[in-house]
Amino acid sequence: MDLTVIWYIVPSLIMFCCGIYGFITRKNMIAMLISLELMLNAVDINFVVFNRYLFPGQLEGMFFTLFAIAIAAAETALAIAIIINVYRWAKHIDASDITQMKH
Amino acid sequence: MLFCNPLIYFVVIPLVMLACLALCRNIKQIRAVAVVGSLALTALSIWLLCDYLAQRAAGVDAPMLFTGSWSWFGPLNINLAVGVDGISIAMLILSSIILLTGSFASWKIEPHTKDFFLWLILLSTGVFGFFISIDLFTMFMFYEVALIPMYLLIGVWGSGNKNYSAMKLTLMLMGGSAFLMLGLIGIYYHSAPAGQTLTWNLLEIAQNASIERGWQYFLFPMTFVGFGVLGAMFPFHTWSPDGHASAPTAVSMLHAGVLMKLGGYGCFRVAIYLMPEAAQELAWIFLILTGVSVVYGAFSACVQTDLKYINAYSSVSHCGLVLFAILMLNTTAMTGAIMQMLSHGLMTALFFALIGMIYGRTHTRDIRLMGGLMKIMPFLAVCYVIAGFASLGLPGLSGFVAEMTIFVGSFEQSDFFHRAFTIVACCSIVITAVYILRVVGKLLLGAVQDEHHLQLTDATWWERTSTVTLILSVAAIGCFPNFFADLIRFTFSPAIFAALGMN
Amino acid sequence: MNTTIAIFILAIPLFMFLLLGLCGKKMSHPLAGILGTCGMGAVLVLSYITAFTYFFSGSPEFITEAGERLQVVVFNQTWLQFTDTLIIKLGFLLDPISAMMLIVIPTISFMVHLYSLGYMRDHHGVYEHGFQRFYAFLSLFSFSMLGLVVATNIFQMYIFWELVGASSYLLIGFYYKKPSAVSASKKAFIVTRFADLGFLIGILILSFYTGTFDFMQLTSTPVEGAQNIFHVSADTAMGVKEWIAANPAPTFMGASVLTWALVLIFMGGMGKSAMMPLHIWLPDAMEGPTPVSALIHAATMVVAGVYLVARLFPLYIMEEAALNFITVVGAVTAFYAAMVACTQVDIKRVLAFSTISQIAFMMVSLGVARPDFHHGIGYMASMFHLFTHAMFKALLFLGAGALIHAIGSNDYTAMHGLRKYMPITHITFLIGCLAIAGIIPFAGFFSKDEILTACFGNSVVWYVIMSCVAGLTAFYMFRLYYLIFWWKEHKIHDPHHTPHDQPWTMTLPLVILAAISCVAGFVPFGNLVTWNGEPMFDHANFWTNLVHLDWGVAGISLGVSVIGIALATVMYRKENPLPDKLSNALPTLWDWCYHRFYWDELYMFVTHKIIFNCISRPIAWFDRHIIDGAMDGLAYVTNKASYAIKGLQSGKVQMYVWIYLIGALLLGLITGLCLM
Repeated sequence: MDLTVIWYIVPSLIMFCCGIYGFITRKNMIAMLISLELMLNAVDINFVVFNRYLFPGQLEGMFFTLFAIAIAAAETALAIAIIINVYRWAKHIDASDITQMKH
Repeated sequence: MLFCNPLIYFVVIPLVMLACLALCRNIKQIRAVAVVGSLALTALSIWLLCDYLAQRAAGVDAPMLFTGSWSWFGPLNINLAVGVDGISIAMLILSSIILLTGSFASWKIEPHTKDFFLWLILLSTGVFGFFISIDLFTMFMFYEVALIPMYLLIGVWGSGNKNYSAMKLTLMLMGGSAFLMLGLIGIYYHSAPAGQTLTWNLLEIAQNASIERGWQYFLFPMTFVGFGVLGAMFPFHTWSPDGHASAPTAVSMLHAGVLMKLGGYGCFRVAIYLMPEAAQELAWIFLILTGVSVVYGAFSACVQTDLKYINAYSSVSHCGLVLFAILMLNTTAMTGAIMQMLSHGLMTALFFALIGMIYGRTHTRDIRLMGGLMKIMPFLAVCYVIAGFASLGLPGLSGFVAEMTIFVGSFEQSDFFHRAFTIVACCSIVITAVYILRVVGKLLLGAVQDEHHLQLTDATWWERTSTVTLILSVAAIGCFPNFFADLIRFTFSPAIFAALGMN
Repeated sequence: MNTTIAIFILAIPLFMFLLLGLCGKKMSHPLAGILGTCGMGAVLVLSYITAFTYFFSGSPEFITEAGERLQVVVFNQTWLQFTDTLIIKLGFLLDPISAMMLIVIPTISFMVHLYSLGYMRDHHGVYEHGFQRFYAFLSLFSFSMLGLVVATNIFQMYIFWELVGASSYLLIGFYYKKPSAVSASKKAFIVTRFADLGFLIGILILSFYTGTFDFMQLTSTPVEGAQNIFHVSADTAMGVKEWIAANPAPTFMGASVLTWALVLIFMGGMGKSAMMPLHIWLPDAMEGPTPVSALIHAATMVVAGVYLVARLFPLYIMEEAALNFITVVGAVTAFYAAMVACTQVDIKRVLAFSTISQIAFMMVSLGVARPDFHHGIGYMASMFHLFTHAMFKALLFLGAGALIHAIGSNDYTAMHGLRKYMPITHITFLIGCLAIAGIIPFAGFFSKDEILTACFGNSVVWYVIMSCVAGLTAFYMFRLYYLIFWWKEHKIHDPHHTPHDQPWTMTLPLVILAAISCVAGFVPFGNLVTWNGEPMFDHANFWTNLVHLDWGVAGISLGVSVIGIALATVMYRKENPLPDKLSNALPTLWDWCYHRFYWDELYMFVTHKIIFNCISRPIAWFDRHIIDGAMDGLAYVTNKASYAIKGLQSGKVQMYVWIYLIGALLLGLITGLCLM
């Protein structure tokens, strides 16, 4: 059985949809962050796969994925820092209740 | 070189004044800066007039003198282009005199004296910049510079329902600016024949005459309405009564005296000068509007009880006459329009100065609550009567010559439509007499209404300086009108008007 | 002609106005008064020199061999240029009528200046508040009036026309603390302003079609180079009608533009000269100080309308319709004013209505004048009457002023039987009454007789009407005279303050004017003032044709006057119930006359009820609520719309994602569908 591109895309699509679903439905900021990471990783997988199958011998997709992982790490750190601060201030991390900044 | 051109100093001096004001620490220094600076501007404008006349006498017949152009933003061909003709010089003199007298009139302004003068001078920077510019973009920029400080000046130092008035005035004028911006950009994109570099320069656009007729039909109303809002054209005049009623004295003076002239000047300089064909075709629409505003403003003024409302409506009427005359599209009427701008600028500034001085004493502007002021403050009362006479067109003062020039010019249009509207406009001289004499009778003559007013004092020396300067200017135009008429008339000779078939 | 003198005639009063107006407060009262009077005296001398040089020097500059008087422009300075041909100039035109006015105005003005030195102070010699201001305004008025009569073009006339209006406003409102004076001055200015609107439009029409403002060009020589519709020439005046018929001018609503222009210009004259229906301001103008009434509202300013028509007479004779209009207006006004004058109780009002009536006489005279009848005798008669009327009416007003000053009231019921107490005033007033009634040999007889002759020459109708008015004039003047000086014994309230003649500054002008009123009728006006400058009688025998009387007409008019006086004598010489009986017999007529035919009420109704309440107020309301409401409404709608769509910007990320997702899916779906 050949390992065609579809074997990669379908799981990544499932991952992506899970991410969207989680991002929309969860109110907990940590859960939202996890969902976000899921989507990001789904995209990373796609990058690597398309690079491998469409442009074999080139490495741009790989590099891009590495960049994205690095930046995602930094971003996660930042997001968690914000979430912790929000928690300290509001004693919860429910996104729908953090509305004070709006006004 | 930038600083070799005398015109640039009309912007530089106010900027220097701003810098000096920022360093001032007490009220005396502030006054000194304001007075010295505005005196310098007055002197500069008078010197400019003399030099201009000398050059004209020597036979220089370029449409604009003292021209200069410095690139500002190359890709869009935006330049700081300056140049003046007789009309702009007249306007510059007007502005500097009103700035000077306005400074005297706000001698005791409270609180935040320094900030008040900062904004006032910034406003006048815009005004002067507008009158010297011949580049549409910089012109528009200065126009906006002149408008925005108005919001703060009224909102902070005003009286009565000042927040509402300031907001209304600014928003309505900004609305006008939106039309104007659209019109100006439209003009820019048709400023040169296909394939040539586009330009913002008025003179070049007029020379190219490349705006197609179809576009003119769109752009002419845009620019005319845009400037017309500031010129208090019916039905876009309602900012004027509220704005003037709330504004502090000097701001009312500058606004009615100079800023409203920006509107008329712009209508002439941009809308009609650049798009003569459309002007000829579409003038009738605006003639109806302005003709209406001449009598409409006068009738409204007849029943007002607040001095500033009366004067604001009278401004609607008089400024309506300016636009009305401009639309008559002949030399005589246009000369009259410019003279009316000068005349109205001076006399309405005088009115607002006097109203401010009276209000400062009686703390009311309601004519029903005052009376017999002639006995209490004879100097101010006599000045008010003189201003009133100027307004109702007594010969020897400026209103008469301006109005007569307008009427004679308007009557040259011999078709029924123009005749009918000219006669309607003529009727305003009677209605003006009614509301002016009504105020004079109620406010100044008769018995003293309020016992408390008996303790009030007459004008102080700075108030006298302010009013006497304005009265002398009004009388100068009224007694020697031909000097001003010649100065203005020469400007109407350029080829563009020949193309219009004007006489 | 000496230009310097001409300039000084105008410059001295102007200078006096500025001097007294600016520095008056720092001067003592007598100094200001004497300065003003001396200034006017200087003007008087200069004007007399000018006028007498013009009339009697016989220099070829002013008069041709054949005795035709010429128009001379002494100087003419450009003041404001409108177009190449329409130029306002300020100049000095000397011709028979302006030279005549140069005698009338300074004479009356000087008398009034002198008189006011006495009048404007109370019995203890204390000067009135604003005495200097009074003299400043008198100087301003004199300047404006002189500028008006010497105008070389119609716009100069309009300029000074407005200035006399303003000085009249200032002087009527001199007692500015008195509400009645304030409203009277306002009324006078606004009514005349309304009339001036007509004048202005008339000038615009006339100048547009002729291409000139200049009187000389308008009335005597064809205009060169202008788009000229009606040429006029002194020698072709007779042929002008044919000329117009051959070259018709544009018409508007059935009348030619010339008719329109002339009628509108006459409307200006109607306002200033208080013709019906624009007469309502003049009786109220009596609120001003009495010397002012004598100067402005009797002798000089109010005849400006007559002067205007006379000035443009060569144009008017081309339009029969305009002249007929003038005649009708004049005759109606004359009759109306005479009727009203019979019932008034305020002596100044009686004199005011008498003035209206007499000016209407002059108007009628101009209206009936035709060049083909006795060399246009109506024109000459009108100017003659203007001259004599100025003298005797000023006399009457100054006499009334002396009475008012002595009694302290305008009401004749406070006077009665004063002849013993104030003999000089009595005699001079009587002379004035005889003059205005038209009794030979006083001035009014001659001029009125010429007017009636002119009326007779035009139509018997006008002759009959004007004779009736003349009779009424005699009646009401002597009614006034008897009620003041006879009727019954004067009640003396305070034995220390018996009424007496006034100081010499006040009696001297009375005596001088009375003397003039006695002799003015013998001036051979027909040789001095005619419509085209040609003498009416034999030029060579200047004095021999001293009086040119048509004894038929003169006898009848004299008879009518005598009847009027006799009637007044019967009714008013002694206290008797006859007047009351008469007024009770004709209650309606008496009531309407007493209330001046309710004109003031009508005007009040029109201005306050209709113009203020039905035009101004609705417009002001419309502006505040509809126009401004629309602007506020725009702001309101914007505001509401912003609030309405504000909810979309919730800040909820998950909501955004939902919307984004749905949008993306929809877009994908649409794209897909399109591709398929």
